[in-house]
Amino acid sequence: MSDQSLPRVSMGRRLREAVVRSLRSDLLYSFLRQPVIVLAFLITLTFVLAATLAHWVAPHNPFDPSTLNLMDAFYPPAWVEGGNESFLLGTDNQGRDILSTIIYGSRISLIVGFAAVVFSIVLGVLVGLLSGFVGGWLDAVLMRVADIQLTIPGLLIALLVDGIARTVLPPGAREEIAIYVVIFAIGISAWPQYARVARSGAMSEKVKDYVASARIIGTPSWIILLRHVLPNILGPVLVLGTIGLALAITSEATLSFLGVGVPPTTPSLGTLIRIGNDFLFSGEWWITLFPSAALVILVLAVNLLGDWLRDALNPKLR
Amino acid sequence: MTEQGALLTVKNLRVEIPTRRELLVPVDDVSFEIAPGEILGVVGESGAGKSLTGSAVIGLLEPPGRIAGGEIYLRDRRIDNLPYRDMRKIRGAEIGMIFQDPLTSLNPVYTIGRQLVETLQTHQDLNQKAAQARAIDLLREVGIPAAAERINQYPHQFSGGMRQRVVIALALANNPKLIIADEPTTALDVSVQAQIIKLLKRLAGEHGAAVMLVSHDMGVIAETCDRVAVMYAGRIVEVGDVHNVVERPNHPYTQGLMAAIPRLGAHDEKLAHIKGSMPRPNAIPTGCAFHPRCPHAFALCHVDRPELMDGAGSSAACWLLAQEKEKANV
Amino acid sequence: MSDQPLLQVTNLSKVFDLTQNPWLTSLTGGKRIHLPAVDGVTFEIPKGKTFGLVGESGSGKSTVARMCVGLLQPSSGAIKFAGTPVTAPGGGRGIGRGRLQMIFQDPFASVNPRWRVVDIIREAMRTKNLSARDQIARVGALLEQVGLTAADGEKFPHEFSGGQRQRISIARALASEPEFLVCDEPTSALDVSVQAQILNLMKELQTELGLTYLFISHDLAVVSHVSDVVGVMYLGRLVEIAPKDKLFENPQHPYTRMLLEAIPRLDLKDRHQEAVVGEVANPLDRPKGCHYHPRCPFANDRCKAEDPSLKASGDTAVACHGVDEARLPTWSDPSLEPA
Repeated sequence: MSDQSLPRVSMGRRLREAVVRSLRSDLLYSFLRQPVIVLAFLITLTFVLAATLAHWVAPHNPFDPSTLNLMDAFYPPAWVEGGNESFLLGTDNQGRDILSTIIYGSRISLIVGFAAVVFSIVLGVLVGLLSGFVGGWLDAVLMRVADIQLTIPGLLIALLVDGIARTVLPPGAREEIAIYVVIFAIGISAWPQYARVARSGAMSEKVKDYVASARIIGTPSWIILLRHVLPNILGPVLVLGTIGLALAITSEATLSFLGVGVPPTTPSLGTLIRIGNDFLFSGEWWITLFPSAALVILVLAVNLLGDWLRDALNPKLR
Repeated sequence: MTEQGALLTVKNLRVEIPTRRELLVPVDDVSFEIAPGEILGVVGESGAGKSLTGSAVIGLLEPPGRIAGGEIYLRDRRIDNLPYRDMRKIRGAEIGMIFQDPLTSLNPVYTIGRQLVETLQTHQDLNQKAAQARAIDLLREVGIPAAAERINQYPHQFSGGMRQRVVIALALANNPKLIIADEPTTALDVSVQAQIIKLLKRLAGEHGAAVMLVSHDMGVIAETCDRVAVMYAGRIVEVGDVHNVVERPNHPYTQGLMAAIPRLGAHDEKLAHIKGSMPRPNAIPTGCAFHPRCPHAFALCHVDRPELMDGAGSSAACWLLAQEKEKANV
Repeated sequence: MSDQPLLQVTNLSKVFDLTQNPWLTSLTGGKRIHLPAVDGVTFEIPKGKTFGLVGESGSGKSTVARMCVGLLQPSSGAIKFAGTPVTAPGGGRGIGRGRLQMIFQDPFASVNPRWRVVDIIREAMRTKNLSARDQIARVGALLEQVGLTAADGEKFPHEFSGGQRQRISIARALASEPEFLVCDEPTSALDVSVQAQILNLMKELQTELGLTYLFISHDLAVVSHVSDVVGVMYLGRLVEIAPKDKLFENPQHPYTRMLLEAIPRLDLKDRHQEAVVGEVANPLDRPKGCHYHPRCPFANDRCKAEDPSLKASGDTAVACHGVDEARLPTWSDPSLEPA
């Protein structure tokens, strides 16, 4: 044993090093140089924070029936004549404060969107890794499944899953699991694209010499797959994920708008838009406009972030 | 003004690459000339700046890289500050370029005949028939058998060595006065390499073109070139007749390099090597760039950058030569 | 200690099946495309020596290397390491329990860019039962041995130059205390001065640790520096084997002669070069008989029809009808010719 043994590096020091590395990174530099992206990031951050801290941030709790008062219904936004200051963006037909519903609604939208993306990434990456690394008939079978699924529009798949769930599950349970069903439906419709990316990454990494070296050393294949190959393919997958988040949020909004998404007791932005739609032509424009605007801004911000991430991580464009 | 009769004159060329952190100077005050019919080798290890020098001459520096100083003359005409359109006319007509990888130098979706005809018609006033005939002649000149039939084939139907010959034909199509070859044989097998070297030498002689041959392979340079310039950390550290530089180098870096090359049939146990490695463009030492690795460095080397000075058989940028001169004068 | 050679390769062959859609082709009765990358290769490496394997593209030398460490399965023939056959790595123990290791050509692709150097090297110590603390200490010692510092263990590969990365590869290869190293063009991607450092290091380690090397390269000069015995391959076959000095002073096979003449040399003044004929043939369309005959100035009818086999005489072996029939002129080193 040599005297000059390696210093044991603590977790704390490693964490500090990682932070310093990212602060000085080219990524941060390119980020800060584009004001639109910084804005997009701040917007997304605002949404996420507001949604997480909804209980404290929202002026009212619109989904607690005991606090609602029908007398408060149909208030226009505060700056319009007839508005009420305690309801900044107005109220809907049941006296719910629009601003608060947006905050709570975003929370559902974000939770569902996020969970769906995580689900598709996990499923897609697992399938793609196996497919690309093992190859042969397994690859052929898995990719055919993915291809077949890709021919069916994602929304239809989501509807299908939801429809099956409705008939299969007992009515009482439906309400509770609805949110999981939606997450599953959206997630299952999106996994093939992650699988494709993971697969091509696995195929190009598996012929590299460091994998050959690991094989010679005797590392078991599954460890090679998870500890050697996976970290090297995550980059493009994560980029797809950010753009996928925007898509997932939109999908969820679509499903809820159509009435087959989350239950009305925990409405998302899509549900709110649907509710507001009924009143659009009777003059209460604010009930649908503000949730719609919120959805558009959120999705746009996430999309811009995803685009920027993809370009910033592409070495050829630097 | 240019040297009498030189075809290419490069004076005090400086290439800068501004990155967000710092300003890199990968080519720093490089000067040389090439006479018509002469083959000048530019040799150096990776990071020495030789490829960038070639790119700068032909005006194909990738942004944000840019020529930040110096002048480049083709005969008497200054070419480093020409607008894009004028440079484009010169490229292909007066300057031909041969790149390293024949696989990517040729467009895979066009026949080689079409690519040859395209470059011929761009720079010369030829109709289709005349251009086609000239293209076949070019292919014959570079040694492609059955040229008249093969002219209609695609690049992937040729082997590596044949493809490189096509690339040479493309470079020579408009009888350029100057040819810049950037590692033309690196991707080829040894046996093919020998053939390509021979071809280049013959064609350069026949066409009277000046050739700038960039390579990291000293053997190729020794067999092909008349003179050689050795680059280190963006500077030329030695230049002279190729045999003199190879057999009796004056600069310690060249000496170290020659000693480190394994030779056939040599019986040394250990290869001589230069300790350390070439500095990156953002960490070039003051004074002589080589001094941290030089076994003969003394005080002046840390402080002042030496200019090229005449030595026995070649010029080297080394204060040792100045010292010797002083001793000789005493 | 037995004087059995450490590595014995007998009649090794590898055929790659390159048909695009194997099932479809079989169904429609189409022809399958086979690439005979290695064809009947036989050689031995005694303990403590270096065997250099030389060849141009398509020669099959890299395929031979990969079969020797078990990365590829031979189509036929046998490879024996210290008497036992080399099989695919399995059971998590690696080839011959870590006694065989490999160093690769590309310093950028041969180490995982996401792993720290210490973990890269520790992975190779799986066969040893060491505690984490001991493993890390050993990594430090190995890094010092290859000319880096123990502190370099905490860094990532991209913080190192090509030559330093190759040292890391060497340290990793040594971690399992191997007896045999297969080196696949380890210095081809490096600059000349760095190459010299790495070659010197490898020679030192060989003496210090009693290693045996199989050294693959396309560069004859490098091979001549490191090897004891050299084998020359052409299109999948071994055409000549000889001790280093004999090979370079008196090459027998016409291909070896052509290679020696084709290498650009520093010590020759404007030599008159013999025209080198042709290029390496398309591996998918090999000439019948002796593969080299289309380019060989001495080919006769027998060469076009019959495969020459490797015939040994003393410590050299040649696969050439011309040599067999003693009709080849003696070869003279071009560097000895008058300028």
